Amino acid sequence: MPGAQERVLRGRIAATQNTKKITRAMELIAATRVVKAVQAANEARPYSEHITTVISDLSGAGVATNHPLLVRPERTEAVAVIVLSSDRGLAGAYNSSVIRAAEREVLAAKDAGQRYVLITIGRKAEGYFRFRGYDVHAAYGGFTERPSYAHARDIAAEVTSLFGETVQEVRLAYTRFISMGTQEVVVRRFLPLETGATDHVDSEAAAATAQFEFEPSSAAVLEALLPRYIESRLFAALLDAAASELSARQRAMKSATDNAQELIIKLSRKMNQARQEAITTEIMEIIGGAEALAADQGDDEDLLLDYLSSDPFQPLTRGRQPSRTGPSA
Amino acid sequence: MTLQVELVSPERVAYSGEAKMVIARTTTGDIAFLDGHVPFIGVLQTWPVRVLHEDGNEDVIAVHQGFVEVSAHDAETPTRVTILSDVCELADTIDVERAKRAKDRAVHMLAAQPDDEDAKAALARAEVRLEVAGVPKSGNSHP
Repeated sequence: MPGAQERVLRGRIAATQNTKKITRAMELIAATRVVKAVQAANEARPYSEHITTVISDLSGAGVATNHPLLVRPERTEAVAVIVLSSDRGLAGAYNSSVIRAAEREVLAAKDAGQRYVLITIGRKAEGYFRFRGYDVHAAYGGFTERPSYAHARDIAAEVTSLFGETVQEVRLAYTRFISMGTQEVVVRRFLPLETGATDHVDSEAAAATAQFEFEPSSAAVLEALLPRYIESRLFAALLDAAASELSARQRAMKSATDNAQELIIKLSRKMNQARQEAITTEIMEIIGGAEALAADQGDDEDLLLDYLSSDPFQPLTRGRQPSRTGPSA
Repeated sequence: MTLQVELVSPERVAYSGEAKMVIARTTTGDIAFLDGHVPFIGVLQTWPVRVLHEDGNEDVIAVHQGFVEVSAHDAETPTRVTILSDVCELADTIDVERAKRAKDRAVHMLAAQPDDEDAKAALARAEVRLEVAGVPKSGNSHP
């Protein structure tokens, strides 16, 4: 039947247009949220910077070395891997790349004969690892787009309680937000705390910090400070991951919208072509029919011809009318 | 010269400004900072921090634990007091009704279990909030 292909294409164009509307809306939503997420990450920076300063002040005073959270145990029997993914998909390669990095860590630990403890943040990672039969120790989710400090505190408390007895090292896989256009999956050692922050204190700064007064004592300050430091590092990672997630989603949705637009153009061309073809075929059929009839002109046996030669549109209706109205009248 | 005061919570810089004197309570007792204080790091209690300005005005800020750091200073840089706390609340951001409810709840819990540390902490937080918000104290006083 002519026009069937055209109708199918018209339906596909309408469907693509709907998809485009959705991806466009998601792109715009992600774009506004990513600004907020970046702002939140920037606002959280002073706190973690100050805490890092205080820790280096403490190490300048020569205390920060033998706390259990800072000391690497002699034997690493188990490794905890924390993976920061998102709750929802449609964010391009965001989830798959960070999950792959975490899975590599887990497999590396297995190869080294160590046990692993998996902590997932975001439903995507939880689903991935559970489906593949990994032992997920704890799973958090529902806040990856907008993490609060309370979430960081909960997770940090769980991780800190594991560290020492159950696991001797904690690694954190997340997506670092560098700029709107660049994010990078990184795996960092989370515990024991890297003393790198304290290494590059030059002698001048050390001399300046040596005269610090502590109340109640430097050890007590450190004791109270380290949990906060862990929380703030985790919080910073959560905020970075949130900004990365949103910016990945924005980019994925932008290219989805572009692709939809491209597809609409392609389908429209195809549809126009199909329509033109249908019209041409129809015309050809009419001309063909008319020519066939014209060739037959003069044949007295064909009653239609008399009508055609006088008025081409009238005869059909006139010829049919009696039979249509007849039985009902 | 004046003090540079900054209150920093994990989520943002809650307060920043200049002051003549800052009074806080560490785990060993009250301490006041003036310009030229030696570098100092202290662990704070749940207690209002008072920021006294040059013109005699005063800001009271609810601080629920945390740290106070006084950084090293010299002729060019003024003395800087930085307070790091999980929760820093200025008077106008405190939900008085919520604090009152939290206090009632904590009092009830303490009546049932006098040794409940969480309830004690909750009571202390609620009382500090109410004090900062300028709600007059009822019968039971601070420790």
